Amino acid sequence: MSKWLNPRSFFGVTLITIALLGLPFVAAMGGQAWVRILDFAILYVFLALGLNIVVGYAGLLDLGYIAFYAVGAYTWALLASPHFGLHLPIWVILPIGAALACIAGVLLGSPTLKLRGDYLAIVTLGFGEIVRIFMNNLNAPVNITNGPQGITLIDPVAFGDFRFSGNTQIFGLTLSGPMKYYYLLVALAILVVIINLRLQNSRIGRAWQAIREDEIAAKAVGINTRNVKLLAFAMGASFGGIAGGVFAAMQGFVSPESFSLMESIMILAMVVLGGMGHIPGVILGAVLLSILPEALRYGVGPIQMALFGKMMVDPESLRMLVFGLALVLVMRFKPAGLWPSPERKRELGEKQAEVKA
Amino acid sequence: MSTNLPTPLLEAKAVAKHFGGVKALRDVSLTIRRGEIYGLIGPNGAGKTTFFNCMTGLYVPDGGGFTFDGAPLVADAPQHAAARGIARTFQNIRLFGNMTALENVMVGRHVRTRAGIVGAMLNTPATRAEEAAIRQRAIELLHYVRIEERADDLAKNLSYGDQRRLEIARALATEPKLLCLDEPAAGMNATETEELRDLIEGIRHDGTTILLIEHDVKLVMGLCDRVAVLDYGALVIEDVPAVVQKDQRVIEAYLGA
Repeated sequence: MSKWLNPRSFFGVTLITIALLGLPFVAAMGGQAWVRILDFAILYVFLALGLNIVVGYAGLLDLGYIAFYAVGAYTWALLASPHFGLHLPIWVILPIGAALACIAGVLLGSPTLKLRGDYLAIVTLGFGEIVRIFMNNLNAPVNITNGPQGITLIDPVAFGDFRFSGNTQIFGLTLSGPMKYYYLLVALAILVVIINLRLQNSRIGRAWQAIREDEIAAKAVGINTRNVKLLAFAMGASFGGIAGGVFAAMQGFVSPESFSLMESIMILAMVVLGGMGHIPGVILGAVLLSILPEALRYGVGPIQMALFGKMMVDPESLRMLVFGLALVLVMRFKPAGLWPSPERKRELGEKQAEVKA
Repeated sequence: MSTNLPTPLLEAKAVAKHFGGVKALRDVSLTIRRGEIYGLIGPNGAGKTTFFNCMTGLYVPDGGGFTFDGAPLVADAPQHAAARGIARTFQNIRLFGNMTALENVMVGRHVRTRAGIVGAMLNTPATRAEEAAIRQRAIELLHYVRIEERADDLAKNLSYGDQRRLEIARALATEPKLLCLDEPAAGMNATETEELRDLIEGIRHDGTTILLIEHDVKLVMGLCDRVAVLDYGALVIEDVPAVVQKDQRVIEAYLGA
């Protein structure tokens, strides 16, 4: 704990705290839409850090991560909406959502234990699609998920009488719904960062990394690779489940559309682009990839008007073009990610030096 | 000399393994005694590494079995072999390349430690204490194999000789009763081989039994208490080096006529 007393890190922590606290007020100047974008950025940080355990630490390429998010979201939607007439409190739903996602993680993990790389990616991709299609079709003969129409009027997050939807007056400040969710999500994200950090330098965390590096050698030193891999799937999935629950509550609406393959790929791209296995990198990747498309959505049109005086290209298609180009450029010039761990950076730096020599 | 034999640590009884039609091991029986350095030699493809892999659980033998430390060795999963006290290194070095040397050795402590995921997340005092002990022991082991100054370097950036040493340190971290070294001197120059020899003798002196697979006949004959020779998957002879060296079958099979 002594490092917190160090004046320099104390200053840094204070600065980050003030920035995190003040950010939604700055965003609110551009309208509540920007606060919502900020909410989603933090939600994606949470998701990306969950996936980082599976992909970054244990090296298991998971393309179906969104399925666990879907499980969490639907758990909340079914247990806190007029659909079944259930309105359970958060401390009941969130653990159930996390547990169900965890079970789903183990279910996905068990048959894929012997698979790696591309093969694992294909199976997990299939799993993600199965879950989505289930949600899409579980409206007959018994209507469970309400099919493609989705579930509406989902309860917001509430602690007792304090509800996260609508405006609240605190200390003379007006906090909108998205702003309150922002603080909730930041708290959750800080929690997941701490858990990630602790796992990274733990016995289990090292076992994950050992499996990523060389599974046979990991077995030879006595690591039960089956259990340790399942643990990685279960952990990652639980985080996905919690994120899904908060997503459902925040949106007030879920439908299978939100859990497409594209979402899985986006989250994976955040982890890879930021810097696999490196927590600050993953956070950066998640924030950039969730904000950049939105910024382009709002920026591309006005810029065209200013430059050419008319709309040359449809902003919506140009947005994805610029986004894709950005991804390609980052992977070309920063193959280890935007903010790789110091070890990985050193290693890639050495490789480049070798090439030049 | 059959009166005061040390108790056997590992007994292989009629171990057989075939891959399709190839009989890699034909009923190999041998005994490794506590506290000895036991050499296993033979020409390329004689089945040395296959024997190793059967023993450490990477392969399941098709016939026969092992008794280790007084109990049968259920050789179906490598992690069980490690838990029982068999540690190994690999012919083609297998380190955790993107982890530091220290972390590699710390991974070796996995099988002798307990901390679970909940303890790690809550950062309980017990977890912290165990973590400190793991780190302490890993540093000691790096000192022991004399690569402590490379502790924070990535394993893949270590020199070849240091990687061999690191692999031995990682194996020792599992507190083995039997340390199996698969061609540890391969690719080493004379000085490095000499240093390796000192290291192996030191490990034996500190109480660990050693099984050594090696191509370097000089090293094996000078270092081992007893030697077994495999040829075409079958045991040719098992005896002290002086006898093995003079055996006509060995000379024909391996040492070259």
